[in-house]
Amino acid sequence: MPTVTVDGIEVELGADERLNGIQAARRAGVEIPHYCWHAGLSVVASCRMCLVECGKKDPATGKVAMQPRVVPACQTPAAPDTVFITASDKVKNARAMVEEDLLLRHPIDCPICDKAGECSLQDYHFEHGREERRADIQPFTSRRRELGETVTLFVDRCVMCTRCVRFTREVSGTSELMVINRGAHEEIDVFRNEDGEIRFPLDNKLSGNVVDLCPVGALGDKDFLYRQRVWFMKSHDNVCAGCSTGCSIKVEENQDRIHRLKPRENPHINGWWMCDEGRYGWKHVHDPARLTQLRRRETGKLVSADWHTLPAQLENKLRAAGRLGAVLSPHLTVEEAYLLAMYIRVLDPEAVLAVGPIPTSGEDEHFRGGFTIRAEKCPNRRGVEAIVSRVGGSLLTWDDFLAQVEAGSIGGAWITGGYPSAWHDAADAEKFASVKTLVVQDVFASPLWDRADFQLPGATFAEREGSYVNATDRLQSFKWAIRPPAGVKTEGQLYWQLLGRPGLYRASEVLAEIAREIVYFAPAAQGVPEVGVDLKVTQLAASAELVASAGG
Amino acid sequence: MKADDPNIKWIEEPKLGLAGKMYLPLVAQGLTTTWKHLSKSLRGETVTVSYPDEEPKIGNPLIYRGVHRLNKDEAGRVKCVACFLCATACPAHCIDIIADESPWSDREKYPQSFTIDELRCIYCGMCEEACPVDAIELTSLYNLTGRSREEMIFDKEKLLSVYDATKEQEPMQSPALGGTAT
Repeated sequence: MPTVTVDGIEVELGADERLNGIQAARRAGVEIPHYCWHAGLSVVASCRMCLVECGKKDPATGKVAMQPRVVPACQTPAAPDTVFITASDKVKNARAMVEEDLLLRHPIDCPICDKAGECSLQDYHFEHGREERRADIQPFTSRRRELGETVTLFVDRCVMCTRCVRFTREVSGTSELMVINRGAHEEIDVFRNEDGEIRFPLDNKLSGNVVDLCPVGALGDKDFLYRQRVWFMKSHDNVCAGCSTGCSIKVEENQDRIHRLKPRENPHINGWWMCDEGRYGWKHVHDPARLTQLRRRETGKLVSADWHTLPAQLENKLRAAGRLGAVLSPHLTVEEAYLLAMYIRVLDPEAVLAVGPIPTSGEDEHFRGGFTIRAEKCPNRRGVEAIVSRVGGSLLTWDDFLAQVEAGSIGGAWITGGYPSAWHDAADAEKFASVKTLVVQDVFASPLWDRADFQLPGATFAEREGSYVNATDRLQSFKWAIRPPAGVKTEGQLYWQLLGRPGLYRASEVLAEIAREIVYFAPAAQGVPEVGVDLKVTQLAASAELVASAGG
Repeated sequence: MKADDPNIKWIEEPKLGLAGKMYLPLVAQGLTTTWKHLSKSLRGETVTVSYPDEEPKIGNPLIYRGVHRLNKDEAGRVKCVACFLCATACPAHCIDIIADESPWSDREKYPQSFTIDELRCIYCGMCEEACPVDAIELTSLYNLTGRSREEMIFDKEKLLSVYDATKEQEPMQSPALGGTAT
């Protein structure tokens, strides 16, 4: 096994692993500071913050020959027998000089900078910089320039790492950003007309990522700008519900109010990125029009109900309604869909299960760096379909269900929504005229909601707990990030209560149960890591099972 | 650390004489403070005043920690840049700021709303310490009353008016940051 030595610690490398000095050091638990290097972008070695001493160990004699000068760790391959020294006086001095140089032209307007608290320049200065500022420059306010609809540039805060420029060239493939001027006058900018007006604004669908990439406060997200200081927010791992790519994200909130979404590194799905549609796609969570009143219809009139007495009322009405049907929205988590299917099947073992409408818009969009925005605008079609087809026996769509309802074969229907925008029209709702008991669980008012005998306000993605299965059959679990508004009960908690299970809803317990029951979910039985599990490995087994059952 | 560690210096208890055993020196020592105050009040140097008929004298109003004020700059605008450092430093969580882009070209950020719950405040002065632009200061106004809890939640206008009322007696400090004190 080839090894690399970092500060005396031996690191083992995989057979065909290609790491640079920063990555090898990270494996040894040593953090090498860096600005311009990013694992998802090409290497330019321009910031000089990652300078280290480097040498080669002779495997035969064990003698180490060091290079006389410091080298950038990001550009130095961690070849077998390489020796890195990151804590010598030479390296410390080099880092302090780089920090001092960057701060020469930096405005130090940290009090009003949105990046303060998560800024590499701040952190590295405390760790590696000089204790005293030798330059005689007073703090000043940075110049500001717009780059497009979503992103603004604070020109003087920039450290010219060019991560954003490389991102638009290598990942989004749109190349809006460039470096203008030379030497100490270098600045980031978009292409402009002679009068300074923007010719090609930064407006690609991944543009928000440049703000996350920026190691300092130069690029600001206009949606988040000045809304909240970063140290007040708590970050929760979650999964984006915007499309069926299911990017790993972080929901950042303060006191149950979301302030921004950020991508979370996941090499299997989204790399380090997320699209703007997903990034700003949380506004419906705090929409004042959200439904929060639990109501039921009594002798034709809607009266308010309460969650404690609801289970008994629901059961009475649904048992008396005749044939039951449930529509499982692709916004439900796997666990919630399973629990609802179980509940309906307990009331009526022959109940009809169908998948809710699948919202689509346009075509799948592929970007140069491999990122994909799917046309399917729901997070969990695959997961819910798997539940419907395995528990329900066959895979019914929304249209199939509407046809059955119109034919009058369904007496009691449980409809789950959770879509951020309108998902059916009045004509669809008309078809439910023959349904005796209609239960609708949704986040926004709709024609079906108005018809419902039981109006149950539901949760949005940030309030749910459970798992989504994305378009490539990868299952990711997440916990709730914020509590739902007063009056709302999340689907999972309600179904848990309806099934008479004790205590609070525990998604991981339900998932373990599903993994035992349904072979498609079997890989999730051993728990789900942060990057999710691939369910495809069992598809072969599942199809073999189908063939066997068809043959037998 | 073990008992035989060379860094430990062992000290013997001093032997007490007869007076020490009868606690007489300690009794006399303890009573000196009482006698000092007694003689002071006999000489008429008392500090007790009959408030509210008589106002107490505040030693140095610049370091007294009373009601907050929000300072204004030369143009009469609020000096605060809405950095939230006072709210971060506040141990009582009584400061609530809503920041926004400032309407002025020379400033990037300003507080759209700035409220302090004067009832929740513990008057520790940490906000004043934390402020990077000397915008929030504690004045020597101590007799703060109100008829309701809501009245005691001071908004930006109220805090600026406290500045107008006290700027003569208590000038802003640190001239480097625009203070008027000399």
